[in-house]
Amino acid sequence: MKRLPKIFLSAAMVATMATSFTAVKAATPPDTLVQAWQIDDIITLDPAEVFEFTASEIMGNTYERLINYDPKDVSKIYGEVAESWSVSPDGKTLTFKVKPNKKFASGNPLTAEDVVFSLQRAVILDKSPAFILGQFGLTKDNVKDKIKQTGPMEFTLELDKAYAPTFVLYALTSTVASVVDKKLVMQNEKDGDLGYNWLKTHYAGSGPFTIRDWKANEVVVLERNPNYEKKTPMARVITRHIKETATQRILLEKGDVDIARNLNPEELAAVAKNPDIEVESGAKGGVWYLGLNQKNPNLAKPEVRKALKYLVDYAAIADTIMKNKGEVHQAFLPKGFLGAMSETPYKLDVAKAKELLAQAGLKDGFTVTMDTRSSAEVTGMAEAIQKTFGQAGVKLEIIPGDGKQTLTKYRARQHDIYIGRWGADYQDPNTNADTFAANEDNSDEAKAKPLAWRNAWDPGPLTAKTRAAVLERDPAKRAQMYKELQQSVLDDGPFVVFLQEVENVAMRKKVDGFILGPSFDTNSYAQVKKN
Amino acid sequence: MTSSIAIGSGGHDVLRFYLTKTVQFIAVLATTLFGLVAVTFFIGRIVPIDPVLAIVGDRASPQVYERVREELGLDLPLIQQFWIYLKKAVTGDFGNSVLTTNPVMTDIANVFPATLELATLGTLIGVLFGIPLGILAAVKRGTLIDQIVRLLGLVGYSVPIFWLGLMGLLLFYAKLDWVAGPGRLDVTYSYLYEPVTNVVLIDTAMQGQWDAFWDAVSHIILPASLLGYFSLAYISRMTRSFMLNELAQEYVIAARVKGLSELRVIWRHALRNAAVPLVTVIALSYANLLEGSVLTETVFAWPGLGQYITNSLQNADMNAVLGGTLVIGATFVVLNLVSDLLYRLLDPRTR
Repeated sequence: MKRLPKIFLSAAMVATMATSFTAVKAATPPDTLVQAWQIDDIITLDPAEVFEFTASEIMGNTYERLINYDPKDVSKIYGEVAESWSVSPDGKTLTFKVKPNKKFASGNPLTAEDVVFSLQRAVILDKSPAFILGQFGLTKDNVKDKIKQTGPMEFTLELDKAYAPTFVLYALTSTVASVVDKKLVMQNEKDGDLGYNWLKTHYAGSGPFTIRDWKANEVVVLERNPNYEKKTPMARVITRHIKETATQRILLEKGDVDIARNLNPEELAAVAKNPDIEVESGAKGGVWYLGLNQKNPNLAKPEVRKALKYLVDYAAIADTIMKNKGEVHQAFLPKGFLGAMSETPYKLDVAKAKELLAQAGLKDGFTVTMDTRSSAEVTGMAEAIQKTFGQAGVKLEIIPGDGKQTLTKYRARQHDIYIGRWGADYQDPNTNADTFAANEDNSDEAKAKPLAWRNAWDPGPLTAKTRAAVLERDPAKRAQMYKELQQSVLDDGPFVVFLQEVENVAMRKKVDGFILGPSFDTNSYAQVKKN
Repeated sequence: MTSSIAIGSGGHDVLRFYLTKTVQFIAVLATTLFGLVAVTFFIGRIVPIDPVLAIVGDRASPQVYERVREELGLDLPLIQQFWIYLKKAVTGDFGNSVLTTNPVMTDIANVFPATLELATLGTLIGVLFGIPLGILAAVKRGTLIDQIVRLLGLVGYSVPIFWLGLMGLLLFYAKLDWVAGPGRLDVTYSYLYEPVTNVVLIDTAMQGQWDAFWDAVSHIILPASLLGYFSLAYISRMTRSFMLNELAQEYVIAARVKGLSELRVIWRHALRNAAVPLVTVIALSYANLLEGSVLTETVFAWPGLGQYITNSLQNADMNAVLGGTLVIGATFVVLNLVSDLLYRLLDPRTR
């Protein structure tokens, strides 16, 4: 205790910048992976409810799903909990066999009963991601008849239509289809909630890691699951919530974290020069786009929609503001999806845009607003677009707002132009086609509100085509249908897709084996080693 | 507190005084808190953010959206929503935070101690150094020392804390390695102690986890010094001007004429009088820090009240915002009361 006064003295001296106080230096332990990440979006740890980026990644590392795909080649689908599956001749029933000898972290054996329970539970709880399963005609009322256990390690899933098997299987790779430990969950059930209130903050899975602790806005601690067949090299993965990206950078360069997840383009460029750090990047299933509200009479003109597509400097945005964060992409399906188009027919062409505007009777341009989330990234892109729009006389007024605020306005279709990011909900092309190219009811009272609805766009025959594509059982033909849908939206739709999102992970060189998958729940630390 | 300042006058009077004071205090507290709840509640309902979105996200089906809206009671008339909230709040139920899923008061019991720890240490540093510096500047008015102190104050007042924080981290943590980095504790120590008060310094010390304690000290020093510097800038400036004011008074001249030593004139006479308004200044500056310095907390990854409220606000998590606002309101009222009581102690005329 003799040190106490000295400490206070030091405190003051630090403030006046003239001291020598040596801190206890702690590098990260060799069997622990520590990452700095903005994790304030986590609101639940129940896989039937998780729909947030960070929580999805945690679910992917702690739960197993019935089906999964190779993160390097999405077309390779394999059984994770499922040993095999078959489709009935009429295409409406899938029969799954569950792998034998699997165990949950709790020690309970994993059987078909758990899988059936997990899928039924997700449908019955009906949280945000439940629609991914609901698309196959599963509802609270019928799910117990549609998903049936037929043996200790076997069950069937009955669909309302003969959907493309790829569509069903891809949907089953999503977080909502994670397998939970029925016995453990039901031990914690209260008032028939299927363990929902408990699982929100607890864990009942069979994945490589278990969730030991979650302190909101502070930390998530994962620990090796001793019952997982392939022992993880890391005993622990600690994710610290570090909101400020500059702080993440300092921690990484200092070696107090192994991985920084949210560095901005300048910070990435700076750490890339550090010999102890490397940056890995991978394309993600998100696209950046402008939504042009068709309630605005100017934006409703086809020539104007086309002109605006010629008024974005795609390459400049990808090379500067979004360097390392995005690559030029113009179709609504991101690369990596079945049928995704990689052609980029549009580039900045002011003369052509002017010509199109003149055809629309807007020779002198017009004034239009854009609701813009006030983050550095989005504002930067908005300003770049404002500049190029201006070259053809389109005066763009940027309306800054908080993310939730601009989104609220967008969902009520009260915007002119909205700049935003759209992430795929599951790995099947229908996820984006359903929102960009289909709109059943364009009235203000519509029940379903896809992006096409939000921009008050009636895609006409594209809606029927989108519906037909999920029933096409020949993968090649199916891919072709999505190509055509993308081409139509690219030609005439009210969306100016300009970038595909790229995720970056800056890590210490000694970290090896971090897998960046195409979706957030396929980012994996299961085989991470520290050399 | 009562016994220490029950000086002089008849016991009866004192009793009556404290009784009225207590009743007054409760009345002030209740009105302030009610006003705060009402204003925050209604502002929260008119902000153009859809609170349902914070829960269900952008992708939920219309049915899920409607169900949650009803669960939140957002389909009821505003007044009825307010009434339901008030009824629950009176029984101590402030609802659950959407973002953390915890009851709001549990969250606050977690984040407020983090802020309390930082703010208290910051204010301590500010007072310990700010007052002597302010006095020095006043006494040596116009000299180089005065200029330096004033410059120090000016810098503290005008440089963004955000920038200074990052520079501090870069220098003292990244380059010189004198202090530990952002956060309250290294991960190695995080699970070594049982959180009781949630003030890491107290918890670790009480449980004899000295390694963890020193690690916590080394984490808190930089952000606390930074806040301390800002409060020092304010306190020294105010001390200087209060002291200048006092030093120009006739009683000071009289004291000097009487032949009292300069030290005695300054510390016993002038400072004693300057101390009265200074108490308010310190209380205010403390209250300011207790609100949680969002920027400092962000830079230093300090899970405090400021970050909590800001994050909740941005996500329209109104239960959390209301709870946080109430805590801040109560803090202000209590600090006001304390400075009132100190006034009585320091200024005989108010007795």
